[in-house]
Amino acid sequence: MKKILSATVFAVALLMAGPQTVAAKAKKIKIGFVTTLSGGPGVIGKDMRQSVQIALDHIGNKMAGVPVEVIFEDDQVKPEVGKQKTEKLLSKDKVDFVSGFIFSHVVLASRNPVVKAGKFLIISNAGTSKIAGRLCHKNIFSTSWQNDQIPMAMGEVLNKSGVKSLYIVAPNYAAGRDMVAGVERTFKGKVLGKDLTKWPTQLDFSAELAKARAAKPDGVFIFYPGRATNAFFRQYAQAGMTKTPLYSVFSVDNLSLPKLQQAKLQNVLGTISTHMWSPDLDTPVNKRFVADYRKKFKAYPSHYGAQSYDSIMMIADAVKAVKGDLTKMDAMRAQMRKAVYPSVRGKFTYGNNHFPVQDFYSRKVVKDADGNWTTQMVEKIYTNHQDVYAKRCKMKKTW
Amino acid sequence: MIDATLLFEQLFNGLQFGLLLFLLAAGLTLVFGIMDMMNLAHGSLYMLGAYVAAQVTLWTGSFVLGVFLSLPVILFLGIVLEAGVLRPLYARGHLDQVLATFGMILFFNEFVRLVWGPDGIEVPLPEFLQGNVSLFGIPLPNYRLVVIGMGLLVALLIYLLVTKTRTGMLIRAGASNREMVEALGVDINRVFTLVFGLGAALAALAGALAGPILAVTIGMGEHILIQVLVVIVIGGIGSIRGAFVGAMLIGIIDIFGRSFLDTFFKFFLPVNAAETAAPAVASMLIYILMAGVLFFRPQGLFPAKTG
Amino acid sequence: MGNKTQISIVVFVFLGLAIIPLVAQMTDTPFYLDLARRMMILSIGALSLNLIMGYGGLISFGHAAYIGVGAYTVGICAEHDLVSGFIQWPLAIILSGLFAVVFGAISLRTRGVYFIMITLALAQMMYFLGVSLDRYGGDDGLPLIERSSFEPLIDITNNIVLYYLIFFALLFSLFLSKRLVNSRFGMVLQGARSNETRMKAIGFPTFGYQLTAFVIAGMMAGFAGALLANHTDFINPDMMHWTRSGDLIIMVLLGGMGSLAGPVVGALAFLLLEELLSGVTEYWQLIFGPFLILAVLFARGGLLGFFSAKERENG
Repeated sequence: MKKILSATVFAVALLMAGPQTVAAKAKKIKIGFVTTLSGGPGVIGKDMRQSVQIALDHIGNKMAGVPVEVIFEDDQVKPEVGKQKTEKLLSKDKVDFVSGFIFSHVVLASRNPVVKAGKFLIISNAGTSKIAGRLCHKNIFSTSWQNDQIPMAMGEVLNKSGVKSLYIVAPNYAAGRDMVAGVERTFKGKVLGKDLTKWPTQLDFSAELAKARAAKPDGVFIFYPGRATNAFFRQYAQAGMTKTPLYSVFSVDNLSLPKLQQAKLQNVLGTISTHMWSPDLDTPVNKRFVADYRKKFKAYPSHYGAQSYDSIMMIADAVKAVKGDLTKMDAMRAQMRKAVYPSVRGKFTYGNNHFPVQDFYSRKVVKDADGNWTTQMVEKIYTNHQDVYAKRCKMKKTW
Repeated sequence: MIDATLLFEQLFNGLQFGLLLFLLAAGLTLVFGIMDMMNLAHGSLYMLGAYVAAQVTLWTGSFVLGVFLSLPVILFLGIVLEAGVLRPLYARGHLDQVLATFGMILFFNEFVRLVWGPDGIEVPLPEFLQGNVSLFGIPLPNYRLVVIGMGLLVALLIYLLVTKTRTGMLIRAGASNREMVEALGVDINRVFTLVFGLGAALAALAGALAGPILAVTIGMGEHILIQVLVVIVIGGIGSIRGAFVGAMLIGIIDIFGRSFLDTFFKFFLPVNAAETAAPAVASMLIYILMAGVLFFRPQGLFPAKTG
Repeated sequence: MGNKTQISIVVFVFLGLAIIPLVAQMTDTPFYLDLARRMMILSIGALSLNLIMGYGGLISFGHAAYIGVGAYTVGICAEHDLVSGFIQWPLAIILSGLFAVVFGAISLRTRGVYFIMITLALAQMMYFLGVSLDRYGGDDGLPLIERSSFEPLIDITNNIVLYYLIFFALLFSLFLSKRLVNSRFGMVLQGARSNETRMKAIGFPTFGYQLTAFVIAGMMAGFAGALLANHTDFINPDMMHWTRSGDLIIMVLLGGMGSLAGPVVGALAFLLLEELLSGVTEYWQLIFGPFLILAVLFARGGLLGFFSAKERENG
């Protein structure tokens, strides 16, 4: 048996090391896009897929004259499924780039296969501190942000608006604790209390709201993504906390707003959140993206979509720089590092960890001309802000 | 640190949560006790109840109508399920029942996704149910008061049904000794269908009422199902009284754990450690309680089975 | 008893598994290697559950917890630069055994549905413990920096080597199960399943036997966990979620509970169906759900029992 085993291993090793065909120009460019298409977060995946569609429309389905195919895979929000799908994309579909990823744990599980295969990983959303720090890699880029930056910007907003005391409610999981740590890092007032709730099953916040009201804070900070957003806002109103302003991150966005509006949760109007993007962000690329998206899908895109659009645009720009010769990894990487592709956020640079160094804004929920709820820019909070984990990344900035 | 008004308010919250659990636990514990049937799909009926109520509300604009229409719809569905799928399973072991009803969960979740899409639906509350009333300076949400009222009313009705009527007598007898009831010449199948339908309607009521507080989404059934299973196991399977006590215990302990555990831990732990430990322990609390109860009373608090 | 058909099915399955790496290489679909590895690891998990569930009649709804303990042992060791598999793996097995001793001693006080629920509760506690382990990634989980090292013997960073290691681990687990079930110990365990009072009456301390079986099953699951961590290069609390324990139960039932190789067939069928159906339609559970119900209603004794049923009728 041992003989057979070693013979197999040998044969396989031979096959794997077989001569690489030197392709000057690829016949087709394949991008694997891993996102969530099933279950509740399927809404996010749908928005990302539609935004990729807009990006493909804008580049005429071609990069450097070569046709593009994007293969979508559903990670079911499960790390091992995401990893399995990533490996399938790499080995079966032979994709040249892997992109997408909403959730930190999915991208963490899928990171190694992409790196091992020597392909580029363009992360469209998940802003995990690990990949921004110790697990950074020369072939990994992010077109989003690092998680902590957005609550940190919120801390500054709170300082600016004279909030002296704060009550914090967030779910008890990695991202939730990151959000809490982020806002506590920059908020200068007093934190009267914080509650970390069971995730994702707990949707009743009666106990936490009673405590928050008893603490009499100037403001309440929350992070409740997905279906928890509605539940929280509704219960907040019912608990009679109309006078205490609610500040949120990653909760009120253009995917949750139609749902919040449908539920007639008037207390959402006027609430402040922070982000690097909003549909009304005034750049030519963003205007075109939002307008075309709205025309095609009759709804606002979200930041998930905007970042996915950017991912495709960045890949297109890199492919163009090497005239479609995908074997030139170094040249493509150099091009990506320049961050000169048409981005929805306008001009930005890449830090040493390949995470954007970019501006962050505060946004307010308003009614648009047609009466639909959306977010609107209020003011710039951070200019060229870099995440705090960049110094844990061993790469040096040479560009 | 802990003042009386907060304590009172959290008791109110615990009561409300407990009653919601009871609506689900009552049906499940009877199905379990009488038919010896482990029905994991009970949570799916809760979810479907919420969806039907939400849909009717959106069509008609009346939440009240939504709630009351979802009951007969799910009642009917329950009867069809009982007769069509579950009846052949009574003679099987618990495991076959688990597998088949798990299959039903998968089916219903996908069915809901196919019909209503992946992102759930929202139920707007009528004006009179929004807002709150002030009691001793504590604003109590109107809607939660309504849920408590409905919960108590249903609990009373079930109590009367089970203790004062002939049907109730059969139900109780069936829970403690099914063979005996059959030997006495009662058509136990009709009792089964009745109990299952009743349980389904109660689950639908719970779902319809929970919709506006929580969220009407796929998978909402499984989340609450586990808690409901804990309730009926603590209470003793087949016992309505046990289900009520268990539901109240779980409701209040869960809320109190979330409210006061961090304060409590800060007495003897450093602030940081207390803040980390409190939410972790709070989420385990109901399981710790169950393990504790079963350790001392392996049949739950109010065992219904006799021999 | 249809044993012949069963044996030929099992031999066929294992021969198939043995040549998958070659086929995958020739058809240039290494992706199936990954799938087959996952199948085999979960087969070991299902085998271990079958020991207590199929032969002992103890339905554990928290078996994934031990897989989690095994996986976390490997992950945490690797995080602290302890990469030797000669230390990691035995440690994973011992630790999951220890957890099984404690949890088993508590759970075995109860029977029936109460046993199901208490094992579920204990596993959920492990899940929440994993979620709150911030140092090791909390619910985000922890990428395995390095796979377990078996220097200078073998190098499991090579996927094919890892594949055959898992393959032989599965064969060994099957062999171990067979020996256990047919031993005097196994007989007592099965005796206690069908009539505990009688076994007690004739002088067997059934509690001790059941606890031992529980611990052996826990250790075997812990071993599967160590393999799983190396296979996915990643650990996270999801591995211990109650739905994963449910998956294991379904695999055992689907294949045929209380038959030796049933769990292997069940795990293979479960994952294969999931893979095939999800390739056909996004709404694959709409088909998979009713399939489970039909399997319960019409294929008593699981798939293995179903396929060998004809022979049984013939004598």
